[in-house]
Amino acid sequence: MSKESQDLQRFENMVLPHLTSCYNLAHWIMGNPQDAEDMVQEAALRAYQYFAGFQGGNTRAWLLTIVRNTCYTALRQQRGQGVFVELDEELAEGERPSSSPELSLQQRADHRMVRRALENLPTEYRELIVLRELEGLSYKEIAGVAGIPLGTVMSRLARARQQLRACLVHLSAEEYPHGL
Amino acid sequence: MDCERALALLPAYLDGELDLVTALELEAHLGTCDACAREYAAQRDLQGLLAGQRAELVAAPPPALEQRLRARLRQSAGLRPAPQPFFRPWGAAAAVLLVVALFALGVFLLSRGAYPGQESVVAQEVEVAHVRSLLPGHLTDVVSSDQHTVKPWFDGKLDFSPPVLDLSAQGFPLAGGRLEYIDGHPAAALVYLRNKHVINLLVWPSTASPGPLQLSSVNGYHLFQWRQGAMEFWAASDLETAELRAFVELIQQGAK
Repeated sequence: MSKESQDLQRFENMVLPHLTSCYNLAHWIMGNPQDAEDMVQEAALRAYQYFAGFQGGNTRAWLLTIVRNTCYTALRQQRGQGVFVELDEELAEGERPSSSPELSLQQRADHRMVRRALENLPTEYRELIVLRELEGLSYKEIAGVAGIPLGTVMSRLARARQQLRACLVHLSAEEYPHGL
Repeated sequence: MDCERALALLPAYLDGELDLVTALELEAHLGTCDACAREYAAQRDLQGLLAGQRAELVAAPPPALEQRLRARLRQSAGLRPAPQPFFRPWGAAAAVLLVVALFALGVFLLSRGAYPGQESVVAQEVEVAHVRSLLPGHLTDVVSSDQHTVKPWFDGKLDFSPPVLDLSAQGFPLAGGRLEYIDGHPAAALVYLRNKHVINLLVWPSTASPGPLQLSSVNGYHLFQWRQGAMEFWAASDLETAELRAFVELIQQGAK
């Protein structure tokens, strides 16, 4: 087996187990399966190019970082620079949704509703929810993948969850206007 | 611990990201504060929902993605496609017989002069160059859609001046150029785009007589080759043949 062939084999063995995670993240950032696949392909080629410099360690986080950056580059090209609205990170008074005990989301929200609510989030918020809730990354890993400080991970994730909850409360109120 | 701090810590607490001491302080606060306890319950409700829905929310890749990815990686590494599992159900003996039969066929064809010879080797090189160019950062050495920028860029880098045409009006905008080395020749690569597809037009001087248009296919990429005006031309793309041919005809017209 030639060296190139060996390198490729090593790369595939390390990378292919994380294909689902990569596709999942790409899908939720790009919003459609075709773009998700294109991004995964491009990210994988890039990862292969960078592979020689990869010291080992957290392969999944390394790959997800490349996937994430590939996606955001593509989004900027697709939509132009002006589209990324500055996230209002400040926690405004009175914005937290009411925590009335009757509104149990687990009872009222199905996956279609959650999907809709997730799709409605700004990309940067949705990305954090995906990395934390779906991929189970630690805050430190998320900070690495998203390229933000740990403190920002915490505050942004908190905001993302608040928005998600508010949206789900709203959607489930539409479904169950008279209560469950 | 006051409410403001408690509320700020709730998400990290739910994610198990708090150190033990802080977590215990928070729990103590939740034990005494109804407002924060309610907020905690609401956040835990959302966590529970997302955890329960996780399987439905995770986007599953299409089954063919892995295969396509492997093939693409193999191409970019300059390797031939992986051997197909085709042989396995046949057994080793059958495989050996097939190889011997193919060898015999090959010898027979060689004696009949049926092999394309040097041409197919160049086609392989062109395809590899095309695929390598698709790697990020490898597409162009000079980025410009203006022929008046790209054409002079080659001066001093090549000892010939390639024809650089502006086909943007016909839907094939120029993306730029780069240097290539094909079949022992320094060559110009002119990069054109068609929708999201890349076309590499490779050009180098040739003393061979003008030849007709030849179409070949390597690893799914379409390659058109011809000679014109003391130059050898190769156009490579994953575009379908008809569209690539339209591009080729425009080049042929413009390069006269």
